[in-house]
Amino acid sequence: MAVNAADAAVHTAASGTTKWSRAWQSHAPGYLFLLPWFIGFFGLTIGPIISSFYLSFTDFDLLTSPEWVGTANYVRMFTADRAFAQSMQVTFTFVLFSVPLKLAFALAIAILLNRGMKGLPLYRAVFYLPSLLGASVAIAILWRQIFAGDGLVNQFLANFGIDGPSWISNPRYSLWTLIILSVWQFGSPMIIFLAGLRQIPQDMYEAASLDGASKWRQFWKITLPLLTPVVFFNAIIQTIEAFKSFTPAFIISNGTGSPINSTLFYTLYLYNEAFSYFRMGYASALAWFLLLLIGCFTAFSFLTSKYWVHYDD
Amino acid sequence: MATSIELRQIHKAYGDVPVIHGVDLSIEPGDFTVFVGPSGCGKSTLLRMIAGLEPITGGDLLIDGQRMNDVPAAGRGIAMVFQSYALYPHMSVYKNLAFGLETARMPKAEIAERVQKAAEILKIEPLLQRKPKQLSGGQRQRVAIGRAIVREPKIFLFDEPLSNLDAELRVAMRVEIAKLHNDLGNTMIYVTHDQVEAMTMADKIVVLRAGVIEQAGAPLELYNNPRNLFVAGFIGSPKMNFMTTSVEGGTLKTGGLNLDLGRNVTGATTLGIRPEHITITEGSGIKFAEVKVDLVENLGGQTVVYASTADGQTLNIVLEGQRIVDIGSMVSAYADPAKAHVFDAQGNAIR
Repeated sequence: MAVNAADAAVHTAASGTTKWSRAWQSHAPGYLFLLPWFIGFFGLTIGPIISSFYLSFTDFDLLTSPEWVGTANYVRMFTADRAFAQSMQVTFTFVLFSVPLKLAFALAIAILLNRGMKGLPLYRAVFYLPSLLGASVAIAILWRQIFAGDGLVNQFLANFGIDGPSWISNPRYSLWTLIILSVWQFGSPMIIFLAGLRQIPQDMYEAASLDGASKWRQFWKITLPLLTPVVFFNAIIQTIEAFKSFTPAFIISNGTGSPINSTLFYTLYLYNEAFSYFRMGYASALAWFLLLLIGCFTAFSFLTSKYWVHYDD
Repeated sequence: MATSIELRQIHKAYGDVPVIHGVDLSIEPGDFTVFVGPSGCGKSTLLRMIAGLEPITGGDLLIDGQRMNDVPAAGRGIAMVFQSYALYPHMSVYKNLAFGLETARMPKAEIAERVQKAAEILKIEPLLQRKPKQLSGGQRQRVAIGRAIVREPKIFLFDEPLSNLDAELRVAMRVEIAKLHNDLGNTMIYVTHDQVEAMTMADKIVVLRAGVIEQAGAPLELYNNPRNLFVAGFIGSPKMNFMTTSVEGGTLKTGGLNLDLGRNVTGATTLGIRPEHITITEGSGIKFAEVKVDLVENLGGQTVVYASTADGQTLNIVLEGQRIVDIGSMVSAYADPAKAHVFDAQGNAIR
């Protein structure tokens, strides 16, 4: 059909008509090549986004047709859903701790690697590896083994006579195992920090050392301020990632958010509402609220950035 | 008050590659010393070793008689102006000037006073609240110098500070730095590859090549008595003319002409005469070449003649005033024997 359309376009252009048909004639092959992507973009991305917005105002169980309920889904979130409140608390705790810890860790390793050591490319690759594997199911399963009651961590602690709990099935620690898993995937912010550190001219440090500044003072007064654009970028990306975090919690808690909802991430709760309880309307409302949340956070970050991010130009 | 610096057999190597080969130099208190040489000669490395930014591989660095090899940069009483200015881009001009003093935990009132004083000297008071990116090149240069002044160091080091400025500004800043030296009286070391800067600013010029001092001395000493071909060619603008010569029976011969310099010329292979010491009028000095005029530049105050000998050696002549010389014409070149330089096969001057 698309070929026919192109033929038709060629035909009209040949009959010497409008600017549009001539443009179509010259661009048609390009659009044809893009067609598979367009189908995916409109059919699998834009389409569902738009329909989910509509569905968020309905009651929909996938089997019967959606039933319009107005803002009832949104009202319910804030008035009648304790699990929602719990998932918000879990997610915010996760974001609040995992992002700063991960960034601090990434920066520390980047500074270490930036000292011009031998075998830098190797170390860079090794440290980056967890980020490639981190979001995968396999690593989450590995994590479950490490922090289980008879896992590696407890075996290690046993050497010192400490009888550790089962970290992942104890609600006091379960979220922390996920935070540590997230921090362990510090590779991508580290690479970006490393690139940022390389951008700082060496003579800044030379001038500062002639000014008598210690390494510590150079870090706080030179390195960190000049790195703020990179810190800002990493913070935004990592915060969005953290809000969206799903796989590790899903695997480690077997998709339940257990123990006693201590790892009930927002996305996990959303997933369960949609695919365990088939409350598609409510799940869509949750998804849209998450988008709003991330949007607000990002906007807030940009608004405050002019007070602490130093752009050179 | 001012400070002396002494280098004794200073060596520098990067790994197995030696770059400075045993430099001996003593700098008198209050002197303005200029390190000059082509790129890669080691002048900046030498400066950075004095500053403490590069470790010294061998030899001793003495400041006021005290060995400083292992004293960290901040403890040497030195301030440095970088070629790139190295201003902290996220700090205001005021903060840039105050940074070193704040690091030394000086009281706020005293910092304000010193910054104010430096700003007055350099006429940058209206700029104190600006960020470096809001300044022009010349203004940044002043701030960089200001940052050195506020710390009231014993020694100022300048690493090609004017090379990022346009020609006009460069001349203006050159004069200001010279004035600053007169006012403050500190010992200063200045690195440049521009021999005009060296000639105009220095009390003492140190000409370096490939990690070795070729000659050190007062500017006119280097101009009048260059020790070798390299210094002779490097100091002075336009460059000194060099012509191949031979010695027969104690007299210098060049291009078929016998030259009587009235002194010993044994072993001479090169004759050197500065363009400004040549005339084309008979009766002023001895005739040393017959040349064909290739090009004439009238600069108003001077006339520059580019000429060549029959055997293809070039000769540049700078004549005072406005002169009419025809292109393609043959002229005779004369010079005062006292101002002719002769060099042996190794390039060393014969005196």
